[in-house]
Amino acid sequence: MAADSALLLSLVEEYVSGLQDSKAKDTARGVKDGQFTVLQLVEALGLSLTSSQTHTRARGVQLLSEVLHECYGGLTEREVEVLIAFYENRLKDHHAIIPPVLQGLRALTKCTALPPGSAVSMLRSLFQDVHVQSLMLAERACVYNMLINLMETREAELKGLGADFVFGFVQSMDGERDPRNLLLAFQVAKTIIRRGYDLGKFTEELFEVTSCYFPIDFTPPPNDPHGITKEELIQMLRDVLTGTPLFAEFLLPLIIEKLDSDVQSSKLDSLQTLTACLSQYEHKDLAEFLEGLWASLRREVFQTTSEKIESAGLAALTALTSCLSRSVLNSDSEDSLCTFINLVLEDCKHHLSEPDLKLVWPSAKLLQAACSGSSRASHLVTAAVMPSLVEQYNNRTQCAHRRTLLEVVQRFIQAVKASPSTDNEESAFLAFRPSLCSMVFSALTENNDSLQITATSVLTSLAQQTGLLLDSDIELAVDHLTRLLLMEEDDRVSLAVVQCVGALAALHPAAFITKLIPRLKNEMFSEPMKQDDDNDNKASEQQSHHAVRQRCLSALAAMSTQSSVVQESTPVLLEVLSSAHTGSVDFSVEEVVLACRSLQRIAEQVQDTEETGRCFHEIIIPRLLSLALQAALQDESSDRYSPLVEEVVLSAIVPVISTSCSRLQPTLAGQTASRAVSLFLDGDVSFLPDNSFPSHIQLLKKQQGESWSQSQMVCLLMGCVCSLPRSVEVPRMDHLLSQLEEMSCTCSHPLSYTSAAKCFAGLVNKRAQGDSLDGLIQNTMKRVCSELDSASSSVRTQAFTLMIWVAKALLHRYHPLSTALTDKLFSLLDDAELGPMAADGFSLLMSDSVDVLNRACHADIRIMYRQRFFSENSAKLVQGFNNAPQEKKPNYLKALSNIVNKLPKQVQVTELPALLSLLLEALSCPDQAVQLSTLSCLQPVLIDPPSALILQLEALVSRLLALTSSPAMNVRIASLCCIHAVSHFPVHEVLPFRARVLRALARPLDDKKRMVRSEAVRARAEWFLLGSPGGR
Amino acid sequence: MSGGTHLENANPVIFQRSGERLLTATDEDEDVHDPIDDREIFDLIRSINDPEHPLSLEELNVVEQVRVMVNDAESTVGIEFTPTIPHCSMATLIGLSIKVKLLRSLPERFKIDVSITPGTHASEDAVNKQLADKERVAAALENSSLLEVVNQCLTTTRTT
Repeated sequence: MAADSALLLSLVEEYVSGLQDSKAKDTARGVKDGQFTVLQLVEALGLSLTSSQTHTRARGVQLLSEVLHECYGGLTEREVEVLIAFYENRLKDHHAIIPPVLQGLRALTKCTALPPGSAVSMLRSLFQDVHVQSLMLAERACVYNMLINLMETREAELKGLGADFVFGFVQSMDGERDPRNLLLAFQVAKTIIRRGYDLGKFTEELFEVTSCYFPIDFTPPPNDPHGITKEELIQMLRDVLTGTPLFAEFLLPLIIEKLDSDVQSSKLDSLQTLTACLSQYEHKDLAEFLEGLWASLRREVFQTTSEKIESAGLAALTALTSCLSRSVLNSDSEDSLCTFINLVLEDCKHHLSEPDLKLVWPSAKLLQAACSGSSRASHLVTAAVMPSLVEQYNNRTQCAHRRTLLEVVQRFIQAVKASPSTDNEESAFLAFRPSLCSMVFSALTENNDSLQITATSVLTSLAQQTGLLLDSDIELAVDHLTRLLLMEEDDRVSLAVVQCVGALAALHPAAFITKLIPRLKNEMFSEPMKQDDDNDNKASEQQSHHAVRQRCLSALAAMSTQSSVVQESTPVLLEVLSSAHTGSVDFSVEEVVLACRSLQRIAEQVQDTEETGRCFHEIIIPRLLSLALQAALQDESSDRYSPLVEEVVLSAIVPVISTSCSRLQPTLAGQTASRAVSLFLDGDVSFLPDNSFPSHIQLLKKQQGESWSQSQMVCLLMGCVCSLPRSVEVPRMDHLLSQLEEMSCTCSHPLSYTSAAKCFAGLVNKRAQGDSLDGLIQNTMKRVCSELDSASSSVRTQAFTLMIWVAKALLHRYHPLSTALTDKLFSLLDDAELGPMAADGFSLLMSDSVDVLNRACHADIRIMYRQRFFSENSAKLVQGFNNAPQEKKPNYLKALSNIVNKLPKQVQVTELPALLSLLLEALSCPDQAVQLSTLSCLQPVLIDPPSALILQLEALVSRLLALTSSPAMNVRIASLCCIHAVSHFPVHEVLPFRARVLRALARPLDDKKRMVRSEAVRARAEWFLLGSPGGR
Repeated sequence: MSGGTHLENANPVIFQRSGERLLTATDEDEDVHDPIDDREIFDLIRSINDPEHPLSLEELNVVEQVRVMVNDAESTVGIEFTPTIPHCSMATLIGLSIKVKLLRSLPERFKIDVSITPGTHASEDAVNKQLADKERVAAALENSSLLEVVNQCLTTTRTT
């Protein structure tokens, strides 16, 4: 014990007189460990605390405060009481002692053992004896932290202080300038308001002391270590100002005043603050300011120059109406919502009757914003506005006017949809249903494209209003849409009609099943008239018949989102395919492809239910396979070719199958896959409909002669087995893989061997890690390399194709063996025959493939495999380039630009410095493909140029300018785009080039191609603005 | 734009913008020579900003395609523009902006003539004379505050 007290005394001595700050930590540790108590410390400090030297007293108090700061948890109530009394007393001491005293008090505010009444007495002394704003930054923070701590734990006691507490706080923060402290002070103010402290007669003072910072204008210093942002301050202050309706009478005039400001950010802040406060206010808080607020909001929307401010203004108006709508009506008070809406209507409604003037849109937007405030507001506004809109529509004859009116109507319908309304309430448009419907239908019959397009979207919005349209309206709508689908030739209109069909069919499937589908089927299967002898006429008629079929097919796809519709629409599409196959109805190859696309789209958008899963896996896929097989087995000598042997058709069937297998009903998909495997391995045709196939089908075996019609069907196998979810097993995998490898290495038909290679790769990508996979890959690799290494081999291209697909499959999943394959690919860049192919192969490696090895097919694709590949291989590429003979260099440059092109932009920017000289070299490479691909990789980088690029500006600009006279149009265009981008570099860097670029760009202004000229005009205009007043 | 400023014409008539020129097969064909035509010139000037409103000259119908005359072979361009109101004080400025835009965008061989649509402005002759006078145009562009306003009219704010 004696040793301890001696130790304590020496610690105190060293801290106070020896000025060794570290001793405070040692002392605190001693107290924490129980070596000595706080009481002993105070005793040991005795002399220092009572010394007549202020700096000694300050040191003494500081030691005590620092120890308390570490050990406030262990204090007893009695100790705390004594300490508080001591500290309160010290607040009256010399100013040099105040900082440690405040630290001590702050430590004590965190004490759980704070005796009752002490919080109040502490604050009384604080407010009485200390003038906070003459303290230093850290001490002011200390005071705010004390308040925050006490408010957390002693709320009831502080509330007992009444308005004195608020007054004390107001005095403390009055004049605060530091943003760090402001954040703390705002937090205290926010708590005062949120927790309902009594503001008494100091409401206005509290508002004044905080609102003087509004609107916040703060730019953090560069490299700010505190990380305080303007947004943080704005949000905190907004929480304070909008926290209580008591501030309404002060805040609203302030907002109206600040909205007059010319500074955009303060307008925006004012509008957002207004929106925020309205969620707390009631109509009585607003009453006297309504007119002023409306005048400001109207002005901001009518005369706005910025979309941000316009939308903030509209949001504020919506908040305002919904605030007024919340208020309960008294019998004696007037209906403030009604008054306000009348105000809005008075200023805006008459503009709606001038549909060609500028203010029609701002007025419409304001009214719509008011509409979406509440359902009562929407009833009031629509009742006042709709009749006149409908009447005007009927009276106006110009299509442009009618279209504007129709667009205004549509915005109203959407605004009402956005407003929260209860279910049992009737739609605000119910009264106008007949007139709205007749308006839309008349617009649909109008002979004006944009009017028809607008009408389709109004129709969609009307249909989305629950319970508004009657069944008879829908039927009429279907009739109109059918007519447009069959008659209207304009692309934009038919696109809009198809979209409308899709939206309506999702809501009202029955009308579409009974009316539209049979009608479309009829139209598609009717033959164009044949008796016409005139050849020209016939050609154009066929053209339009083809266009009708095309629209029918896309409409069938668009409407099929509900399973009931799918059951009706897919048989029609399948019938198109089978009639095309048998030749009973004449469908062109293009139409067959479109039918497949429609099936694919349905598979992509339909809901994944048991019912639709069965439809696809048990009807559609077997039918597709059966048709393709029939076509493949067709006698070659017969004079009619089925379109289903065409490569484009097969390639369109693949995504139908793979989408269904990847997204619909995994168990059924597994069944489809195993059926497909037995079809392709054993010729098992038992599951196919129309089963009249010969018994010895061998689809994966080499066929006699040059026939490829059966072997190319392997692409359908790929669709079945490569897109399954990874949880679904493919049966007889090893057998399948060896057959696929054999086919891809021996077959001579490009679609067949490529599909076999892709299928092989797709399976390898998902195969479980392990020795069997490694063995498989190594065998394949051996075979491929031996073919590639023998220059005389006839199947080098096939071997190359298999290698690159397997390399891609392995690269995606980070398999260690992928490196061996990609290294082989690098070495092939020097190959006389395969070099250019190898260079293009890098593009295949780095890009997403559409039909296999993508995420939709559940392939194993690691994130950032591109970056990884790039960082592992860029050095090899540069080295290879440097060592390559001159005539092979373009292959390397092409490979490089293929890789860099596909990298995410962030990586491009960081990697660019190392590769810049190579890319610049590529720009002067005579190969146009290399130039083009390099320009397209440079262009995104130029938007935010790294400093390495700026150092090479001279080389860059002169190469780009040289390319503007390239013989290839695309190169000229791309180089002009890049020159355009360079004009946005830092002004001081590019200004020296201005005269030279302007002179050089005069030439492409007279280019013979218009697209080049317009790009040159755009670039030259930017360079003219550079360094010019009003420009940049 | 603050509450205090008053526009000469606060609620002008708005016209629809024409869409982008549609690309044709010949546009993509390397070997075909595309002549400079009315639409191409109109596309150059239709997106010029009005000095007063956040609207383009096309939307205010100040410029129209029918009032663009171009002859590629003879290298001449003639533009007529229509101020929104007969006393529009901005007419000279608009004319100057059109002229500058064309000077910057057309090959040097072209002779560019910009004038007010006859009968649409109170001081039509005076403005036309100013716009036709090369030296006065050059002098105007030496004036940095005038150049600033012209450049603002020519800054692309949005794509059509």
